[in-house]
Amino acid sequence: MKLERNKDVKLKLAVGPLLYYWPRGRVLEFYAGIAESPVDAVYLGEVVCSRRHEVAFEDWLEIADLLAAHGKEVVLSAQALVEGAGDLKLVRRVTQNGRLRVEANDMGAVRLLAGRPGWVAGPHLNIYNPETLALMAELGATRWVAPVETSRAMLEGVLGARPAGLECELFAWGRLPLAFSARCFTARRFKLQKESCEYRCLGYPDGLPLDTREGEPFLTLNGVQTQSARVYNLINQIASLREAGVDVLRVSPQSEGTVEALRAWRAACDGAPAPVTDAANDCDGFWRGRPGLERS
Amino acid sequence: MELVCPAGGLPALKAAIDNGADWVYLGLRDDTNARNFAGLNFDDAALAEGVRYAHARGRRLVLAVNTYPQAATWRRWTAALERADSAGVDAVIAADPGLMRHAARSHPRLALHLSVQSSATSHEAINFFHEHFGVTRAVLPRVLSLAQVEYVVKNTPVEIEVFGFGGLCVMVEGRCALSAYACGDSPNTFGACSPARAVRWHATPAGLESRLNGVLIDRYAKGESAAYPTLCKGRFEVDGATYYAIEEPASLNALEMLPEFLAIGVRAVKIEGRQRSPAYVAQVTRVWREAIDAACREGARFAPRREWMAALDRNAEGSQHTLGAFSRPWK
Repeated sequence: MKLERNKDVKLKLAVGPLLYYWPRGRVLEFYAGIAESPVDAVYLGEVVCSRRHEVAFEDWLEIADLLAAHGKEVVLSAQALVEGAGDLKLVRRVTQNGRLRVEANDMGAVRLLAGRPGWVAGPHLNIYNPETLALMAELGATRWVAPVETSRAMLEGVLGARPAGLECELFAWGRLPLAFSARCFTARRFKLQKESCEYRCLGYPDGLPLDTREGEPFLTLNGVQTQSARVYNLINQIASLREAGVDVLRVSPQSEGTVEALRAWRAACDGAPAPVTDAANDCDGFWRGRPGLERS
Repeated sequence: MELVCPAGGLPALKAAIDNGADWVYLGLRDDTNARNFAGLNFDDAALAEGVRYAHARGRRLVLAVNTYPQAATWRRWTAALERADSAGVDAVIAADPGLMRHAARSHPRLALHLSVQSSATSHEAINFFHEHFGVTRAVLPRVLSLAQVEYVVKNTPVEIEVFGFGGLCVMVEGRCALSAYACGDSPNTFGACSPARAVRWHATPAGLESRLNGVLIDRYAKGESAAYPTLCKGRFEVDGATYYAIEEPASLNALEMLPEFLAIGVRAVKIEGRQRSPAYVAQVTRVWREAIDAACREGARFAPRREWMAALDRNAEGSQHTLGAFSRPWK
C-alpha cells in the first residue's frame, strides 16, 4: 500500500537557501532564472552569516513576490547559528514576517514559531527520531528537512511514525553544509578578523576550496560554514528516495548550472533515465549509510 | 560558582571528588554519550559505586546521555535514563528534544541539563528547553563571547554552565558532520569524532602522514611533533597556502576570566576531558577549585597564580592555550 501511494506522489523540487555570498545583482538574476525553472518551492534568506548584507530583508520579500507570481511556494529561512542580540533580532524579523512560511534552523526559532501551524523544521535542527519529529509536528511543523547526514535507514526509521500531514524534504544536490563555527575560515585564510573580513566571501561564489596536502579536494570554506568539496548528488537514487517517503528534494544553489540541474531533476523525477553523474566530483555516501564523501 | 569535572572511569571520578569537584559528569559504555571511546566510561556497578562515593561526600553526579537516538536505537537511550535513575544519579545531560520529553515524563526525579550538543546558543533556544522539559541548567556551546554569555544569563531562568578548560571544538557542538563526511561516524549519531578505528599513520619519504579513512589530515617533517588527526586540526591547502586552515591544536584555558564569570552570573564552570587520565582530572580539578575559591574571596583583585597556570599548561592538549571564543582576537 505504502509503495503504491508513493509511486503516485509527484516528487516536489525545492531550491534551498543561497548559502554563498553573491553581489546583489547576481542574486536578483539568479532568482529571475529560478522563477522560470521547473521548481515547486524556493527557500530565501541569509542562513549563514549576519554580516552579509548585499541583499536586504526587503529585497528578499521582493524576490518572494516575484517567485510567488510565478506560482512558487516561498519559504523564508532563519539563520542557523544565532550568537547574541543582533542575530536574534534577525531571527525575529524572519519568524514574524507575517506572510511567508518560515524554516526554523535553531530551537530559538522553533520557540518563536511554536503554536503557529505551517512552519518548516529545517535541516540544522537535529531531528533524528520519530519522538522529536512528533514534538515538532505538535508545535506546528508541517515539513521536516532531514539532517544532511541522513541515511535511507535513518529516514525510514523517523518516518515509521510520520505525523499526519507532514512532508519530508531531503538535501539532494549541491555541496553539503557540514558544519558551523563562530569562527570565519574565509577571513582566517586572509589573516583577517571576522569583524573586519572585507567581505572576502564575495570573491568565492562557490566557496573557497580546501584541499589536502596531496592536492585532493576535501572541503569548501564558506565563511563560518564548512561544506563538502564534492557535490552531493542523489539523482540516481530517485526510486529509493520515493520508496523511503521523501516528498521534496532540495537542490542547493551553485553559481553555475542550478537551473540546468533543476531541469534534469524534474525530468528524472518524472521518469526520464537519470543523467550520467560526474564521478570525479560527486558523492552520495550519506544516503547509503556510508561516509558522506563516498560515491556508488 | 560550581565546578563540574569529567570522569572516564571510577579512579577519575574519585580524583575529581577528592580534589574539590561539586559535580562529576560521566557516561555509560556505549554510543549514548559523546565520548564513546573504547575502554572508557561506566557500567552499572561502577556507576553505583560512583554514586555512593559522591553522595557520601555531598557531591553530585550527572550522566551524559547527549547523543541523538534513532528509531532503531531509541530503547538504548531510554534504558540509559532508567539506569541513571535507578543508580541514584542526580541529573542527566541531554540534547535530543524527544528524549528530554521522555525523561521529563518518566524520570521526574532526574534534573535535566542541556548539553552543548543541542547547539542552544541563545536564550530563546534555552528557554524552549526550559518551558517544554523543565531544563534547569544549560551548558553553552563554546562559541559565545563573554558579552554574549552575559546576554544569555540575563534573559533566562536556566542556570548557565560554561567550559573553562580543556580540548576545544572549533565548530558549534551538535552542528558538525565533518567526521560523518570523512569516515561515517559523527558526534551526533555515534558519540565520537575522527574515531581511532579510521586513523592510519604512514612513514613516507615526505614525512609522517596521518590519515582518516584515507584522507590526508597532516604530514609532519622530521622534528615536528605529530598530533592525533582530529580532522579540523589538520593542515590543508587553501588558495596556495598550506596551514591549519580550520583550527590549530590548542586548548581552552579561561581561568583568568573567573572574576568576569562570577560578575555576570555564570553558575558553573566545566572542565573538558572524560577521555583524559585520573592524574589530569586530579591536577586540573585541584587548580580550578583553588582558583574558584580565590576568585570568590578576592573578587576583582583576583589574579591567576603562576603555579596554577604552569600546572594547567602541563595538562593542555598541544601545550598551547587560548581563551577560545570568550575573547576574540580572531573575530
